Amino acid sequence: MVSVPFHALKLRLRCIVPKVLMRGNHALAEAAVRSGCRYYFGYPITPQNEVPEYMSERLSKLEDGVFIQAESEIASIHMVIGASMAGGRAMTSSSSPGISLKQEGISFLAALELPAVIVNMTRGSPGLGNIAPAQSDYFQATRGGGHGDYRTIVLAPNSCQELADLTYKAFDLADKYRTPVVILGDGMLGQMMEPVELPPEVQIKKLPHKDWTLTGAKGRPSRFIRSLLLDPFEEEEHNWKLMRKYERITKEEVSWEISFADDARLMVVAFGIAARIAKGAIKRMRDEGLKVGLIRPISLWPFPYKAIKELTKKVRHFFVFEMNMGQMLEDVKLALEGNGEVHFYGRPGGIILTPLEISRVISSYYYQKKLG
Amino acid sequence: MGKGEGGGGQSRNQSMKKIFSRPKSLKKTPFHYCPGCGHSVLHRIIGEAIDEMNLQEKIIGIPPAGCAVLAYLYFDIDMGEASHGRGAALATGMKRVLPDRIVFTYQGDGDIAAIGTAETIHAAARGENFSTIFVNNGVYGMTGGQMAPTTILGQNTTTSPGGRKQERDGFPVNLSEMLAIAKGSAYIERTAVNSPANILKTKKAIAKAFRIQMEGYGFSLIEVLSPCPTNWKMEPVEACKWIDEVMAVHFPLGILKDLTGDKRDAH
Repeated sequence: MVSVPFHALKLRLRCIVPKVLMRGNHALAEAAVRSGCRYYFGYPITPQNEVPEYMSERLSKLEDGVFIQAESEIASIHMVIGASMAGGRAMTSSSSPGISLKQEGISFLAALELPAVIVNMTRGSPGLGNIAPAQSDYFQATRGGGHGDYRTIVLAPNSCQELADLTYKAFDLADKYRTPVVILGDGMLGQMMEPVELPPEVQIKKLPHKDWTLTGAKGRPSRFIRSLLLDPFEEEEHNWKLMRKYERITKEEVSWEISFADDARLMVVAFGIAARIAKGAIKRMRDEGLKVGLIRPISLWPFPYKAIKELTKKVRHFFVFEMNMGQMLEDVKLALEGNGEVHFYGRPGGIILTPLEISRVISSYYYQKKLG
Repeated sequence: MGKGEGGGGQSRNQSMKKIFSRPKSLKKTPFHYCPGCGHSVLHRIIGEAIDEMNLQEKIIGIPPAGCAVLAYLYFDIDMGEASHGRGAALATGMKRVLPDRIVFTYQGDGDIAAIGTAETIHAAARGENFSTIFVNNGVYGMTGGQMAPTTILGQNTTTSPGGRKQERDGFPVNLSEMLAIAKGSAYIERTAVNSPANILKTKKAIAKAFRIQMEGYGFSLIEVLSPCPTNWKMEPVEACKWIDEVMAVHFPLGILKDLTGDKRDAH
């Protein structure tokens, strides 16, 4: 009998959970199924076609799995609504123009207080655009996107691992708050292949019971789920009810990551793939002695306003990098409340920022402002 | 009624029998529908069918955007709101999650044959196992009487002044005939609620649709020609006649498809 020290035992247990080399789109789909998602309704659009393709195979092999390639992105979001009303963990995915088509459905999901997960692998826009990666749906995702006063939780992964983890978490958040959750990815994250540690399978029977679903009025009074409130006083109160929910979410679900911040003279602010690229640039700049840090919002709604404002105690200079024309930039400006200087560098239309480009832009600014 | 009439208390009770009442699956809420509107009759016969088939605890309905948008205030069953035209997609999602419940959509002609055409045709094509009650009154009622896909040529509406003209407004749409072509459609029938005989046929058709859903045959649809006296600018009796004499010529009553070979309700 060999006695194994406890810390070594933990190491050995960690090795038992394998990492799988996976494409981002596959990782998010697999994580969704492991999170208890049994209802996927989608439609082909590049660069997320791997999601419906993976789901068609994976769900067909499960007795309780349902996959439908719908006739449009509009049909698929409404299938999600029906499935969610009936109590299922339901999901759809698309890319920018398809997400535009889903906006009425998303407004309804929020108004009807239904859980659902919507994945957007952003591409070059506006209009038909192209199939290259972009971050130009930030406004669409975080400002509601559809009609009315509502918000959806928006999570921005920056790796295949995060695509899996955040999609997995999205179903719990959606059920907990009875609200739609958007995973805001992009074409590059979806196509990348990285080692992923997949989360454990959820036992659907052990998920918390939903006491509001439409299942046939057996042994209880009948119920209805609707968002038509003709009396403006009722509609007003419903809006306040949603706002109170959003306040709770804002208190509990903000997330972000800070790197290299301790002695930073300049903070880069970026999300998703842009943050990943910026991190590489910052590591290089640090090697050359530039004191640059990074704050990466992970929840884009609720946005980490406080965490950014907190940084202004020690840092005056902020640089926002996005693959768009300046969208998260506005939230950063709001966060700073006039403290400090904020600048922007962006590439729209599907151009991917490079680490060299980012470090050149920062370096010239850094030396001009004599931050070193 | 005085004590002296009918020969005293006992025989009075014996001569009174309750032969008609509100179906259990309809709430006591008074309807808001116009006098002479087909929705009132249709709601009642659906309620009766649900009662007679004991479906109140198993059935889920999806109302339309349209005059019947508030149907959940009238039916005492689970109901879920759809945005305009998307009932077939909601029903698809719902039925896939709960295949042993009865799911039905209740949709007007604009809801199903204009904005909802794609979702309806594809649900039929996939053979989704839910039932649709398609209320055809040839206009957009709730919004004040605009032209609908089933407005017939020459029919006057607020967006087809002088009557629907082929060159300006195109032809009307016969959606039920189109759906009958879909291989996944199991049962499609067109009826009306403009006369007692037609009302009874409509009720039988609806019961049959629910029954074949339970037996898993696939998509079923009952199109019901329904009067809209307010927007047709007719008296209710005139509206009922107009359905027989004009509307049913373009939208003929009868069974358009029946894969079940079910002769139980032959009429």
